[in-house]
Amino acid sequence: MQTTRTPHQPWQPQGTVYGTLLNFRREWDLWIPRMTQDPHKAAPKEPVLYVKTANTFSPAGQDLLLQDGVSEVDIGATLGLVLGDDGQVAGAVLLNDWSVPHASYYRPPVKFRCRDGFLALPQQVTPGQVQDWATMQIAVRRNGDLVQTVDLRELMRAMPELLADVGEFMTLQPGDVLMVGTDCLADGTRPRAKAGDRVEISAPGFASVVTMVGGAA
Amino acid sequence: MKHARIAWSGAIQQAVESDGQLLITQGPHKGRRVGFDEVVWLPPLAPVPQARTVIALGLNYADHAKELAFKAPEEPLAFMKGEASLIGHKAFTKRPAEVKYMHYECELAVVVGRTARRVKKADAYDFIAGYTVANDYAIRDYLENWYRPNLRVKNRDTCTPIGPWLVDAADVPNPMALKLQTTVNGKVTQSGSTADMIFDVPTLIEYFSSFMTLNPGDLILTGTPDGIVDCQPGDVIVTEIEGIGALHNTIVAA
Repeated sequence: MQTTRTPHQPWQPQGTVYGTLLNFRREWDLWIPRMTQDPHKAAPKEPVLYVKTANTFSPAGQDLLLQDGVSEVDIGATLGLVLGDDGQVAGAVLLNDWSVPHASYYRPPVKFRCRDGFLALPQQVTPGQVQDWATMQIAVRRNGDLVQTVDLRELMRAMPELLADVGEFMTLQPGDVLMVGTDCLADGTRPRAKAGDRVEISAPGFASVVTMVGGAA
Repeated sequence: MKHARIAWSGAIQQAVESDGQLLITQGPHKGRRVGFDEVVWLPPLAPVPQARTVIALGLNYADHAKELAFKAPEEPLAFMKGEASLIGHKAFTKRPAEVKYMHYECELAVVVGRTARRVKKADAYDFIAGYTVANDYAIRDYLENWYRPNLRVKNRDTCTPIGPWLVDAADVPNPMALKLQTTVNGKVTQSGSTADMIFDVPTLIEYFSSFMTLNPGDLILTGTPDGIVDCQPGDVIVTEIEGIGALHNTIVAA
């Protein structure tokens, strides 16, 4: 599998990209009072995952076009673990896992997460192992202002545990990407972007993900 | 024409159905006929350059929604699956030892033929390459009410047999009037018609393409009618759709 390519050819996932819901302590804690209520009835026991389909892949340098009635998007700064040929993590990427803001986590989020261009990609993969990133912090800037710092020490399931729990029922294939989750702000919302914004996700040692957000004419 | 993708003679072969045999259509064995039992059947889908989008529908038959104690949805209830969950005809599907309720779901699978974006219902059939049969197994013990049906129920290794044939769309004049049937060890347990879908195939293509691009080779599994029963190791499950094919699968203990 190619975990790195020449800088001229921006990286794209070779396999399926999976995302993880509710994997940051702050959002989990905010949800606790509602977890046992309808329609959820109980806290999630196993990882709650979703798929980012290939139409969402937006290579480095491409803008995000807001269209089809969407005027605002949640910024979803995350780390994606990239699986190598042996089925083990071979590297990682910063990603912007865009979503249409949605308050309910009851039904699968296809309309919110699988829109064209809704996964902003970096230029290249950073090789390494999960322990290299256990304490990393990801900065989220909108029009130059720092709007969020995502701290991977705050994961509910640390990366080795997440990989093990996911692997219990589905084998990640070479080229697949497992995103570790996106954090919320203190009030439970996520930083948002609208047409005209420039959003940058960065962390030391990683290719940044920079996106210009545009609107449909 | 009914197309298959098989492993035979140490390589992957393209074949078509011909007089009850497989006729290899490409490569060094072109023209050779082989028996259905001489080959390993792979999902009848050509490789695609990026991850294949696999859309699946929940509660798309009114009777099944009722069976599961849900009212029929007002818009399609869709979830996504990874391509790695797909396996071919005559394969084995694993049932974990501790579960109480694992059931098949016989579904008409639509294979997209052309890039589709903002397609109108009236034009939808122009974007379909063909049809196959999918068995979208579910293990109800693992249902959780978070992004339900959650991936632990619906994206399990070995739990989405598909095939045996990709049938050209031109050979399926009305995909909305096909009988579906499932047998468990030869006994009919599920029986229905694609005529009873809540959201029919053109409506689904219009709906999904209204917010996302569908690419050639992408799949839409269109949901299952009522008649689901628990399956145990050793059970042979045959999900069959009139004119499309009969997909065999055997449950094994995990």
